[in-house]
Amino acid sequence: MGLSRKDILDIDSLSVDEIQTILDTADGLKEINSRPIKKVPTLRGKTVILFFHEPSTRTRTSFDIAAKRLSADSISISASTSSMVKGETLIDTAKNLEAMSPDIIVLRHASSGAPYLLAKTLSASIINAGDGMHAHPTQALLDMMTVREEKGRLEGLRIAIIGDIAHSRVARSNVAGFTKMGAEVCLAGPPTMIPYGVDTLGAHVTYDMDEAIEGADVVMTLRIQRERQKSFLFPTEREYAKRYGLTPDRLKHIPPDALIMHPGPINRGVEIAPEIADGPYSVILDQVANGVALRMSLLYLLGGGVRNADDH
Amino acid sequence: MRMIIKGGRVVDPEKLDGIMDVYIENDTIAAIIEKKNDSPPFKEDDADRVINAEGCIVAPGLIDMHVHLREPGEEYKESIETGIQAAGAGGFTSICCMPNTKPVNDSKEVTTYILKRAMSLRSVRVFPVAAVSLGLEGEALSEYGELKEAGAVAVTDDGHPVVNSQLMRRAIEYSKSIGIPVISHTEELTLSNGVMNEGPVATRLGLSGIPNAAESIMVMRDIAMAELTGGPVHIAHVSTSESVREIRAAKQRGVPVTAETAPHFFTLTDQSVAEYDTHAKMYPPLRAAKDRRSVCEALADGTIDAIATDHAPHSALEKEVPFDEAANGIIGLETSLPLGLRLVDEGLLTLPQLIEKMSLNPARILGLSAGVRIGGKADLTVIDPSRQYVYHAAEGFSKSRNTPFDGWEMKGRASFTIVDGRIVHEI
Ligand SMILES: [Zn+2]
Repeated sequence: MGLSRKDILDIDSLSVDEIQTILDTADGLKEINSRPIKKVPTLRGKTVILFFHEPSTRTRTSFDIAAKRLSADSISISASTSSMVKGETLIDTAKNLEAMSPDIIVLRHASSGAPYLLAKTLSASIINAGDGMHAHPTQALLDMMTVREEKGRLEGLRIAIIGDIAHSRVARSNVAGFTKMGAEVCLAGPPTMIPYGVDTLGAHVTYDMDEAIEGADVVMTLRIQRERQKSFLFPTEREYAKRYGLTPDRLKHIPPDALIMHPGPINRGVEIAPEIADGPYSVILDQVANGVALRMSLLYLLGGGVRNADDH
Repeated sequence: MRMIIKGGRVVDPEKLDGIMDVYIENDTIAAIIEKKNDSPPFKEDDADRVINAEGCIVAPGLIDMHVHLREPGEEYKESIETGIQAAGAGGFTSICCMPNTKPVNDSKEVTTYILKRAMSLRSVRVFPVAAVSLGLEGEALSEYGELKEAGAVAVTDDGHPVVNSQLMRRAIEYSKSIGIPVISHTEELTLSNGVMNEGPVATRLGLSGIPNAAESIMVMRDIAMAELTGGPVHIAHVSTSESVREIRAAKQRGVPVTAETAPHFFTLTDQSVAEYDTHAKMYPPLRAAKDRRSVCEALADGTIDAIATDHAPHSALEKEVPFDEAANGIIGLETSLPLGLRLVDEGLLTLPQLIEKMSLNPARILGLSAGVRIGGKADLTVIDPSRQYVYHAAEGFSKSRNTPFDGWEMKGRASFTIVDGRIVHEI
């Protein structure tokens, strides 16, 4: 089974069936990562360019490992190594990359919508590895994979996402993904961090963290960026931690088998207490591990690799 | 040179509306004759040109009071020559060009340069609008007296708001003695640091939003300044319900405030931005459906006096980039009239009302002349309201193609644009 699409730009445009295919494939490929020899020939001869216009060691490394485990040739280009610093436009750079015939370009960009511009211009497959405040589809897919693995299903679950929703591409993609798969999503944060009209995306919204996490199956906290203090989104980390931090005190609102998630990197003691991040219900490291399998799944499905019996 | 425009519906909102023949001698309207009444000033055989205007509207020449011609300084986007051609094709006999050129039009020299260049082309009239403040920097008044003598018809820092309220107050006060109106680009910069309208579309696309208040807060301030000084203020490109409400209330109190909106604000909403179409990016941004409705109502009840395009040419360099990096603005000279005629078709405006907003009212605000009057200047637009066509930006006269209306089915266009009795455009 492949995907009959060129690009993965957002979650909204994926169908329920496509999401299921992606997650099932990731589940199947995950086993490769625990073999002594973690490499299959599936994408041999395919070229994957990791074009990271905004720095992100974690996501880039995850894609890089995913590509290598499938035997694709992966090349990393960052804003500082590309000629974009010399004033070349995104489209120019992309056309130059395309001239080298890559099969897949993985793009991380600080501008919302940048992957659409590339997808319109280029014939290579584009995977959005995070664009501005818009979307981070691979993160949402790996989050869904992790939850499904732990809970056995997505339908009917209650997901609470806490933090700076306004600036979070992870929140946007997770709202789209989880609601599409039949889960209920509740967003919480101070009003300054809740964007106008976010309820139209299909999530419940509250300013009260305890209300959001009450009875939740999954609690996901988002990274708080210190710079946002300067745009008056919150007074201090101390007050934020008090009102919206996930503390041991708050755990009493959550069912004992609830999953604790975080897209990373973590500000320990701000949005999440260290003992919770490292605690028994935290699946934060499973998220990272599943990230590799999920990205292998996408590269495989878009790269049109041939899967033979040996791959299992 | 003698010309007869025969059998058209002559509409001058304040005076005329009927099937008449218009006789032009040189640059002047010599006679307006209802069929078989008066004797004509010359015979049809003696005319150099007879235009059959049956089924067409003969209107006072259209005036676009808000155009960016980009010359001097950014001729790769537009020039006075190409801007004038686009204006003529759009049915405009006069356009007013904004001062945010390079160098800024804050001096007699730049004003004179623009006028000389435009006059040498012997086509559409160009009326320069000069800067409120030197260099558009918001720190010192430019020389309104000298600018007016050189031919500037208004002052504005368009592209930027006048941040300093004291400067705005003094600009309006000072301009009173000179008789040069102040046009305000209303934007509260600390609220407007987004890239599209704040709302569900921006939230979905992950683009930072500009709230309506970023505009209306400055509309309120400028109304307060007009009230304080008794001097006139003209509000450019009104886009929100709140601005409309404030302007309506101010007019009822007798405050000397006038306003314009652009065709994109009565035609489109922020839905046009999806998926990241930089040709739907401008300041102020396309707003919500309720704002579009308010703007339409304000046109109908006279709260908004004028339709002006805010024609803002940009090259692909500024538009084929990620949305948040793209320049603000769209071209509009060649689409304004058909989009305005849609309002007439939809019953929102009468034809005379549309002509008022596209000709007489801009003229009144800026102290220009307009009308179809015996002895008056022969600046006329002959409009074929039923002509249907598809608008292709690539076939337009503007150097730039940044428009959300590319490929739109249009109805109605200028079949003749006549300036000083000379045909500057015909199809
Ligand atoms: Zn403006």
